[in-house]
Amino acid sequence: MSTIVKPVNQKAWWLILPVILCVAFSAIIPLMTVVNYSVQDIISPDNAVFVGTEWFASIMRDEDLHAALWRQLLFSGAVLCIEIPLGVALALSMPSRSWRASAVLVIVSLSLLIPWNVVGTIWQIFGRTDIGLFGWTLARLGLDYSYVGNPVHAWLTVLLMDVWHWTPLVALLAYAGLQSIPEAYYQAASIDGASKWAVFRYIQLPKMRGVLMIAVLLRFMDSFMIYTEPFVLTGGGPGNSTPFLSQYLTQKAIGQFDMGPAAAFSLIYFLIILMFCFVLYNWMLRVGTRDSGASHD
Amino acid sequence: MARIDLQLAHSYARTVRSDADYALLPLDIVFEDGGAYALLGPSGCGKTTMLNIISGLVTPSHGSIRFDGVDRTRATPQERNIAQVFQFPVIYDTMTVGENLAFPLRNRKEPEDRIRERVGRIAEMLDLSGQLDQRAANLAADAKQKISLGRGLVRADVSAVLFDEPLTVIDPHLKWELRRKLKQIHHELGLTLIYVTHDQVEAMTFADQVLVMARGRVVQQGTPEELFERPSHTFVGHFIGSPGMNLLPVEMREDGSMWLDGQRLGRPETHQLPAGPLTLGIRPEYLHLAFGSGPDTVPATVSQVRHVGTGQLLSVRVGGHEAKAYLPADAVPPAEGAVVHLALIGPHTCYYRNEELVA
Repeated sequence: MSTIVKPVNQKAWWLILPVILCVAFSAIIPLMTVVNYSVQDIISPDNAVFVGTEWFASIMRDEDLHAALWRQLLFSGAVLCIEIPLGVALALSMPSRSWRASAVLVIVSLSLLIPWNVVGTIWQIFGRTDIGLFGWTLARLGLDYSYVGNPVHAWLTVLLMDVWHWTPLVALLAYAGLQSIPEAYYQAASIDGASKWAVFRYIQLPKMRGVLMIAVLLRFMDSFMIYTEPFVLTGGGPGNSTPFLSQYLTQKAIGQFDMGPAAAFSLIYFLIILMFCFVLYNWMLRVGTRDSGASHD
Repeated sequence: MARIDLQLAHSYARTVRSDADYALLPLDIVFEDGGAYALLGPSGCGKTTMLNIISGLVTPSHGSIRFDGVDRTRATPQERNIAQVFQFPVIYDTMTVGENLAFPLRNRKEPEDRIRERVGRIAEMLDLSGQLDQRAANLAADAKQKISLGRGLVRADVSAVLFDEPLTVIDPHLKWELRRKLKQIHHELGLTLIYVTHDQVEAMTFADQVLVMARGRVVQQGTPEELFERPSHTFVGHFIGSPGMNLLPVEMREDGSMWLDGQRLGRPETHQLPAGPLTLGIRPEYLHLAFGSGPDTVPATVSQVRHVGTGQLLSVRVGGHEAKAYLPADAVPPAEGAVVHLALIGPHTCYYRNEELVA
C-alpha cells in the first residue's frame, strides 16, 4: 500500500493570524478578564485570592437575581409576543409601491432614528402625570400610575416604550421579506382561488421566515440586555428595586463594587443569551420545514 | 370549458396619445372551445398581457372579453374559472407535492374523495405519483414546474388553461417530454389550452392554431403550416423559420417582369402583381441553386457555408443583399467566393407590399 505524502506547509497559520489577533483583542481578552475577576476575590490591587466557583455558587443562590431574571424573561417574552405579530401586521398593511411606500417607510422608521437615551427622556416626560400626555391621561382615567414609584409600572412603561421604539424594526424587516415575494406567487394564488388567510399562511409567512428569524433574534438579544432606556427613565430604580437584569448587574458591579459576583453573573448572563439564541435559531430553522408526514421519521 | 371572445385594447399608461402607448392594439380574436392555441412573438409584443387579460389578472383598458357569450371583462380569475401556469415555478413551500396539487380544489371546497381521485390522476399523468408525500420545497426546478402544471390541470371544469412560457426553466430533453405530455393531456381532457412562448418550435409543435404577435397586435393567425408557407406579413416570414424568410426589395415593371437591382428575375406567371416596388420573400428551404446561368436566374456570391446538422446553410450575397439557402446534407457545396445562380421566383415565393402579403 502506498500513500502519497503531501508536503506539510504551515504557512496558512500566518494568514489567519490577523483574524486571531483581532478576535483576541475584541472578544477573547476582555472576556478572559471577566473570567479572571469571577474566580478571584480581589481585596486590593496586589492582594487577590483565588476562590474557585464560590462567586458562581453565591450568585446562583441570590433570590433577588432570580426574581430579576424571571422579570427579564417575562419582559423579553412579552416584547417578542407583541412586537413580532404587530410588526408583521404593520408590514402587511403598508403600501407596496408608489410615493406612498417611501413616505410610509420614512414615517415608520422615525422612531428607530432616535438615540436610546433620548427615547428614555421622551418617555420620562410622556409618562409624567403632571405634564406628560400619557401619564396625565392615565391619571385622569383614575389610575394610580407612577413609573418612578412603582416597579411594576416602570416595567410596563419600559415594555410600552420598547414596543413603540422597536416594532418598526420588525415591520421594516417583514416588509423587506414581503417585497421580495415575486408577483407570480400572488397571481398563482389568485388563480388557485386562495383566500387572504391562505395567501398569508402559505405564501407570505413562509417567505418571511428568514427575516422573522433575524427579527426574533435581534429583538430577543436587545430586549434581554435592555439598559439605557430604563436607566434614563427611572435612574436605575425605582428606589432600590431593579426590574431589569442589566440594572441589577450594574448595581452590583459599580454601585456595590462586588466585582467577583458581578463578573460571575456577567458570564452567566452571557451564556443565557447565547443559549437562548442557539435554541431559538435552531427551532426557527426547523419549524415549518418538516415533511408533513412527520410520522415516518 | 368555454369559447373565449376578445374584443379589446389595452394600455398600461393612463392617457393614450399614440399607438406606442398600447400594450395591445385593438383586436378581435376568438379562442374556440377545446382548441390548443399558441401566442408566439418576441419579448414585449404583448403576448403575456393578452394572457393576463384572459385570466383576469389584468383588466383591459378598452373593450370586453366574453366567455361563452357572457361578458366577463371585470370578473376575477376565480369567477372566470381559469387556470394559469407561470414562467417560473410557483409552489407552496410548506406543503407536500400532493397538498400543492390539491390546493386549488381545497380552496373550492371540493369533497375530499374527489380531490384524492383528481390529484391521483394528474400526478400519474405527470409522473409525480411517487413523490406525493414529499415536501415540494426540496425538489428540482423541473419537478417544481410539473407541480405548477399539475395545479393548472387538476380542476376538471376549467374554462381554459393558460401557460406563460412554462418550459423556460426546464432542461431541453425534458422539454420535449413535457410538451408531449401537454399534448396528450389536451387530447385526454379536451381542455382549451392557450400557450405563450417566444420559441417557435414550441409553438409549432404544441398548437393547432398559432397567433403570431408583434408590437401589440396579432399579425397572423393560422396553422403552423400556413405560417410557414404563406406568411401574411414580412414579420411572420422573418420570425418563423430558422433562419427566417429571405426578404429582398424588388421592382415590378409594367410589362409584368420583376427586377432586383437592375437584374431581371423573370415573370411571376402565377400571380397578378401590381406594378411598383415590392418585397420578395422566399424561405431558405425553397431557394434553389440553378444549374448554370439561365434566363431567369441571378448570380450570387457564396460568402459562407455552414453545416447545421440536418443540412448545409449557404450565405450568399445577391446584389447588395444577404440571402440564405439550404442545401441537403449530402450535396456538394460550392466553394466560398464562388458564383452561383439563384432561381428566386417559384411556387413558394411570396410577395409583399408595405409588409403585407399581396400574393
